[in-house]
Formats: sequence, C-alpha cells, structure tokens
Amino acid sequence: MCWARRLVGSSAVRNFKALLLTAYCLVLGADPAWAGSARVWFPDNLSSVGSQVDQMFLVILWITGIIFLLVEGALLWFLIRYRQPANPRAAYVHGCRSAEVIWTVIPAIIVTSLAFASQRVWAHIRGTPPAHQLEVEITAEQFAWNVRYAGPDGRLHTEDDLELINQLHLPVDQVALVHLKSKDVIHSFFVPQFRMKLDAVPGLTGRLWVQPIKPGQVEMVCAELCGLGHYRMRGYVTIESAEAFQSWLEQTRVEQSL
Amino acid sequence: MTQSPSLLRRYVFSTDHKIIGIQFLFTSLAMLLIGGALAMLMRWQLGWPSQPLSWMGQLAPNGMPGGVMVPEYYNMLFTMHGSVMIFFGIIPILVGAFGNYLIPLKIGAPDMAFPRLNMVSYWLMWPAIVIMFLGFFLEGGAAAAGWTSYAPLSVTLGPGQTCWVVSLLFVGTSSIMGSINYITTVINHRAPGMTFFRMPMSIWALFITAIMVLCATPALASSLVMLLLDKTLGTSFFMPSGLIVDGVALAHSGGQPILWQHLFWFYSHPAVYIMILPAMGMISDILPTFARKPLFGYHSMVYAIAAIAVLGFIVWAHHMFVSGMNPALGTSFMVATMVIAVPTGVKIFNWLATLWRGSIRMTVPMAHACAFVAMFLIGGLTGIFLASMPVDMYVHDTYFIVGHLHYVLFGGSLFGAFAGLTYWFPKMFGRMMSERVGKLHLLLTLIFFNGVMFPMFLLGINGMPRRIYDWSQYAHLAHLGPLNRLMSLSAFLLFASQLLFIGNFFWSLFKGKQAPANPWEATTLEWTAAPSPPPHGNFERTPHVYHGPYEYSVPGSSQDWLPQNQAPSDK
Repeated sequence: MCWARRLVGSSAVRNFKALLLTAYCLVLGADPAWAGSARVWFPDNLSSVGSQVDQMFLVILWITGIIFLLVEGALLWFLIRYRQPANPRAAYVHGCRSAEVIWTVIPAIIVTSLAFASQRVWAHIRGTPPAHQLEVEITAEQFAWNVRYAGPDGRLHTEDDLELINQLHLPVDQVALVHLKSKDVIHSFFVPQFRMKLDAVPGLTGRLWVQPIKPGQVEMVCAELCGLGHYRMRGYVTIESAEAFQSWLEQTRVEQSL
Repeated sequence: MTQSPSLLRRYVFSTDHKIIGIQFLFTSLAMLLIGGALAMLMRWQLGWPSQPLSWMGQLAPNGMPGGVMVPEYYNMLFTMHGSVMIFFGIIPILVGAFGNYLIPLKIGAPDMAFPRLNMVSYWLMWPAIVIMFLGFFLEGGAAAAGWTSYAPLSVTLGPGQTCWVVSLLFVGTSSIMGSINYITTVINHRAPGMTFFRMPMSIWALFITAIMVLCATPALASSLVMLLLDKTLGTSFFMPSGLIVDGVALAHSGGQPILWQHLFWFYSHPAVYIMILPAMGMISDILPTFARKPLFGYHSMVYAIAAIAVLGFIVWAHHMFVSGMNPALGTSFMVATMVIAVPTGVKIFNWLATLWRGSIRMTVPMAHACAFVAMFLIGGLTGIFLASMPVDMYVHDTYFIVGHLHYVLFGGSLFGAFAGLTYWFPKMFGRMMSERVGKLHLLLTLIFFNGVMFPMFLLGINGMPRRIYDWSQYAHLAHLGPLNRLMSLSAFLLFASQLLFIGNFFWSLFKGKQAPANPWEATTLEWTAAPSPPPHGNFERTPHVYHGPYEYSVPGSSQDWLPQNQAPSDK
C-alpha cells in the first residue's frame, strides 16, 4: 500500500507535470515563453473551502486515473496478445454472469461513495452560510462588476452605501456574504483562486459566502458568455488584513463623498 | 427525355432508404468539414491572440477586418462551430446516415416503413442549413450566444440569432420525422425470425436513440418557439422584469431565465446520448466481427443502453449546478449522473471482454473501434469530475468541460462514425477503401486529436474559462501561451490529416477494389443476404433469420462465422 501513498503524494503530481511540460517543449522546440513559466496546475488557493474542492478533485483524479490505466492497459494487452497470428481461433464465449455482476457492482459502489463525499463538501460550501462579518452586493452588467458595500449604518441599499466598479476588497479570515445580481443577461462570478463560481441571473439574487485565508491580489472572471465584451469582463479582488480593509473602506468613503 | 425525371427521383428526391442514408452521409461530412474549419479560425485566435491572418481579411471583412479577428466574430465562430457540428454533423451522420442505411438492411426489410416521410426528413435539413448560415450575411452577423443560446442574451441578439432558432426548428422537425420512421420500421418490419433479441446492437442503439429523439425533441421545439416569441413578439417566457440592456430598459416582465436552461438541457442532455448511443451500437457490431468472437454480454449491453437512455432523461440539471438554481436540487442530479457511469462502465468492460481471447484482425474499422473505446473512456471518466458538484463549481464553464465534451463527441461519436463508415463503405459503394491510407489517417488523427484536446483539461485546471476571445490578459492564465500554441498547431494538423480521409474516400469510390458481398466475413443480414451495393428493395427474397447476430467461431464449424440467415439444416 505504501506505493499507493507515494503515488498520491504531490511529488508524483509534480513529476507528471514536469514530464508533460518536457514533452510539450520537445514538440514545440525552444519556445522562449517557457522560460519562467508558472506551473500548469491549479492556481493558488485563497479560500477556506478551496482545499476541499482540490482534494475532491484529486480523489477523483486518482480513482479515474487508476481505472484509466487498467482499462487502456487491458485494451492494449488484448490487442497484442490476441491478434490473429498469435491466436488463430477465438473462444466461443457469450458472457460471464459473475464477471458482469462484479463490474456493475464495484463501479456502483465507487460512484455512490463519490456522490456522498461530494455532497458533504457541497453542503458545506453551498448550504446555510456561517455567521458573516461582512456583506457585499455584486451586480453584474455588460461588461463590468458593480460592487456595493454598506455605509456606516451597516445596511445595504441606504443612502450612505459605497459603490465601486470592478473593485472587490475582502478582509482576510472574515466570512463575507456575497449577494449576486445581474442587470441584463446572465453572468457568472468566478474567482479561480477561491475555487468558486455562481451565475448572476437577472431577476434572482444568488448568495455565496467566502472566507479568504491569505492576503493577495487576484482577478474575478466572468464565466458565462454575456456578449461581445465577455472576454474583458474582468474585476480585481484584493484580499488584505482587517485593518487595511477598514482603512481602505474609510478612505474610499471619503473620496466618494468629495 | 423521360430519363431525366426518373434520374431525379432515383438520386435526388429518392425514397430509397440507402440513397437517403448516403445523402445524409455526404451532407453531414461536408458540414463536419465546415464546422472544423470554423474551429481552425478559433484556434488561430487562441494560439496567437489578435495576430492578423491577412487572407481572412478579404474573406470576412466584417469579422476579421485586416485579418484581425473582432470579439463578436469569435463568439459567432464558437456558436456556429458547436451548432453545425452537433445539429448538422454528428446527429445527421450517426442517426441520419447510419440509421437510414442500416436499419432496413440489418433487420431484413426492403425499405423503411414511411419512405416519403424519410425523404422529407432529409430535405428539411437543407432549409435548416441555409437559414443557419444566412446569419453570417445579415446585419450583426450570425448567432453568437453559444450553441446553448442562453436567454436573456440570446433574446437580445440580432437577426442571426433568430435564424439559429428557426434553423433548429427545421432540424427538430426532421429529427422527429426520422425517429417515428425508425421506431415503426424496427417494430413492424423485421424479417421472419428476427426477434428483438436477435437484432444487432447497432439496431438496438438506433431504436432506443429514436425513442429518445421522439421524447426529447418536442421539448426543444417548444422551448425554441417560446424563445422565438420572446425575440420577435415581446413575450416574456425567459425575460424577467427590470432588464436594462445597453442602457435601454426592456418592457419584458415576469419571465425566468433559468427556465430556458431547464428546457434546453431537458433536450440537450438526452441529445448527448443521441450522439453517442448509435456509435456505441456500431462499435458493438464491429468489435465482434474483427475479434471473431461473440459480443460479450449481449443482453446486458442492451439493458445498459436502455438504462443510459432512461437515466439520460433525469440528469439534465447537472449542467446547471452553478446556474443559481436551488443548491439542494443539485444533489438528486449528481446522484443520477454518477449512477449513469455504471451502465457506461458495463459497456466498456463488455467491449474489453469481447476482445479477450478473440482472434483480432486489425483492419481500419477495427482500429477506429479500438480508438473509440480508448478515447471515449477518457470522455466518460472526466464526466465523473463534472458530476461532483464541488469540483464542477470550479471547472464548470472552463476548458475542462470543453475537453470532456470533445473526448465524448470527437473521441466517441466521430471515431465511431469513422469506424462505421470504413466498415460499411464496401456495402454502400461496392468498393474497398485503402487500408494503408486508412491506418495512416487513424494514427495521425489519434495523435493530433489528443494534442489538441488533452491540454484542454490542463487549461481547465488552471481556471481558463471557455468562450473567451482573449485569455492572455488574465494574470492567472498568462503562462498558458505555449500550451495554447501546441493545441492550435495540433488542431491545424488534425484538420490537415482529414485530407487523407477525403482523398481515400473519393479515390476508393471510383478506383477502389471491387467489394464482395461479405468482405469482412460478418454474420448480419446486410452482408450475408444482399450484394454490395444492395439493389432497390435490398433482398431478392425476404431473408429468414435463425441465429443471433454474433455467432462467430462456433465450435464444430469449418468457417468461423455463422450467418444469421443460414438455416440450421443447410450446413
């Protein structure tokens, strides 16, 4: 079993990626863009739930990866071992009840367990949100993100609200509840580093909670085709310490009241 | 003088199922080529963002002024690529071409139950094709809301999008007519002795596919009509109140955008199985023929297809895990989606077991069938990632899903179509295709297909959204240039490799070796009871069926195949 653990270890993942990269380099020749290129894998995780998503992905990757190798291996082996010159007369076999039961039941158990495991993660991410310290409303439109924070009264949709375009600031470690709306067509709020995505549907308010775990500067992407400017519907997400967030909030408020 | 109308009746407005099948075949092959060409333009933009392609500047002065693509044109390209490939390419080649050609021949019928309906179903494809492409020449260009055409975006777009809706209404009508015909023919026109459980798997698959088409397509048609009304008459099926598009407040009120997605996927998820089941059926015929061995688990293969078809109707909302629908609703769809992996697995394991202890003749159709198994497996396994809701939340609408769907639709459906085409070519045209060129074509297609599609999974893992005109501006994607160029290069080579197939096809059509009635030494009726190509009416006298479809290597017999119509006494 220790070989399995070693395989699952991240060094194997890195080796695999290195192998792939080398192969591509060989194919493409010495592309200067390769120099200093980042790794071709998940972007950094910045949210409290991201590691669970990645873990779920890796679990499925290893299960399907093993099935993949077994099936492709068997396919190749049969094609070589039972080619006509090597096996001139085929067996007269119509089936085998027990074998068929085995390869029905085992996959059924695997996929059912995966469904249960996925459901647990999903319920955590999209179930009842934990108590939040901050509320933000994001209203998508062609082709921008309108971000709204509550003013000193602590309530959204009052006179003192703070409104920004394409700028989302979040304090690290605090749970923020995001209300997601759209003015025109469907957009999709996607921050790859949060591993989160939710469509902004006109006529509905979507709710999503996020708890950033480290400071950083990332981008939010629109993941649902929304028209000719879809590709440039980009926003900036700044995750900073609670103090930095508060002072940014104060300063922006002052700037806006001018 | 009297010759010309009869020629027209024979080759153009023919009611012979074989001619109609071949008409579908040529039409869909041409459409696959056009759909592929659209993808090449996309790969140009993705590999070398906004680099000019000067000769395209002359061809499409609005879409690529001076050869540099504009974002609207890119949106049209992927919309048309998807729509053309699915509705004019894959469904017509698998269901239209093979369904029409094979069903009567394989069940021992002289023709379809409704030959005229059959002819109409082909000729309805042409208005659909003309109207779809008409969009490119209208103000504002072709449809650009993706092949999924989500409202409200699709409602707000111009006349090209209306063309898309009308075109699909024609396609849908054509599909419904075809499916009624297939179902009736299979139920009523089987030769004596051809019981349901003596039907070849390809017929089972086409039969069950036709039932799916009949149940799903009306849902598409009705939702298309609603979309058309929203677009043209100002109704509000999919349009909520308070929309402000381009600074203009729209008058719609009370509609629901997610309703479109439910209706669309209620058709389009079964459509995925409509596009793969016939290929699975053909593969199940081809593998035993060239392994010289009965299909492993024939009955469970039939039940697996039926299970996929039934489950295929209750998984549609797995396309909508992040659509804003109630997150608790997703659970049931996730479970159903996971469960559909079980019958799919049964099929793959049974194919493998068919090869086990066989005596494998590696012909071109066989090689394509094995490529189908190998590639469809990747498509199936990556589907499990997408079924898991938390993983889907990340990879949804990224290149991961683009990779997945191409492994299913190219790796599965198209390799299946290549397998079927190279297998039945001798029957259709009475000539053999070149094995050598065929193998080279397969090898190159396999390599370059993986070269363009496999990196898509990596792009998806990196968080690259699909349908993005220029990915290079995003910080988390900036390092993906080499990978994207590798994919584009592979795509161009993949496209070029198809020239080998086209060359082989036409060369063999005129210059290929004369094909005997049963060149593959197969057991089913089209090979054992009809010449190549079969005449009008197919069989000299109605064949009588005595055996199952996969009686290969029967012990105690000198030849290793037992024709379905060989009477037990005349041995």
